[in-house]
Amino acid sequence: MDHTLESLELEHHVGGGRKEIWRVTIILTVFTLVELALGVWLMNLEEGDGAQLTIDFIKGVIVIFMLAKAFYIVAYFMHLRHELRNMIMTIVVPLFLFVWFIIAFLADGNSFKNNKNKYDPGHKARSEEKMPKHEHEPQEAHPLQ
Amino acid sequence: METTVTTNTGTWKGGRSPFNVEYGKLMMWYFLMSDAFTFGAFLISYGTTRFATNQWPDPYAVFRSYPFGGHHELPLVFVSLMTFILIISSVTMVLAVHEGHYMNRKGVAKYLFLTILGGLAFLGCQAWEWTHLYHEGAWWGRNPFPNADGTVSTTNFTNFFFTITGFHGFHVFSGVVINIIMLIMVLKGVFDRRGHYLMIEKAGLYWHFVDLVWVFVFTCFYLI
Repeated sequence: MDHTLESLELEHHVGGGRKEIWRVTIILTVFTLVELALGVWLMNLEEGDGAQLTIDFIKGVIVIFMLAKAFYIVAYFMHLRHELRNMIMTIVVPLFLFVWFIIAFLADGNSFKNNKNKYDPGHKARSEEKMPKHEHEPQEAHPLQ
Repeated sequence: METTVTTNTGTWKGGRSPFNVEYGKLMMWYFLMSDAFTFGAFLISYGTTRFATNQWPDPYAVFRSYPFGGHHELPLVFVSLMTFILIISSVTMVLAVHEGHYMNRKGVAKYLFLTILGGLAFLGCQAWEWTHLYHEGAWWGRNPFPNADGTVSTTNFTNFFFTITGFHGFHVFSGVVINIIMLIMVLKGVFDRRGHYLMIEKAGLYWHFVDLVWVFVFTCFYLI
């Protein structure tokens, strides 16, 4: 056990130190502020006529900022960038399964919705019923669960 | 025997740590990877349900309150505060790990204490938000909020919201407990006697993961 710890001495002083920590903190803060600004834009758009393409575009940009933030947290705060390449790969490569998960499941949900709207005549009509105002009674069980 | 050991110089031939990390830290990484799949499964099922539904409640209409706000309604304000609390507590955690590299017991204790405060502040915010939503009539199995276009909504929205933020909040809670245990061990000088602060790094990895998950939860529930 002891010699393992000695060989780990190397690990300690790899990485950028305090300077890097502050740099990443500023990046994360700026990215969050940009996300919030995009959120405010999105909020005002949805009150208007709702240009669907613009809404999807803004949401896509928000997702890109989300992934960039995740990268900075994992790479620098969790120090993964300063580990050995082989170890990074054992963690990052399995996560690529998410690419398939996300595409397959969202596409499945979408096609379920389209089929339901197309082949279940009552479904579309039911989903266009307006909700009565001030429905605050918790006992009222909902038919569309 | 000794001559054979010295001739084996390859990374995987024994006698050295191939990944150059301690066992416990490597296992923490693999645990976090599996936890990432758990959260990923939750968020993907949320996304799938949303894609399979014609309409969905507008997050900007639901999450618009903050403590002492009275009747002023400002979307995003309170959740931004929660996000920044978690980012700052992540920063203080990195600083605690950093001080640990220099065997600075007081520095580690100071930054760990600040991290714990950040975690408690986040939990307090979440408790307030849950209570507020509960009083508005939202809970598992009931959803008072109409869809964005005013149509009848399903309880999927509240079910996913409370399950996923609840699971994340539970992670924050256990992270705070772990950090408190670490702080007690630091103050008792356990790591000074052990000769290294590697345990703080493992607790730090867990804490950053909690922040990482919030980045995704925040985006998926409050922004888009």
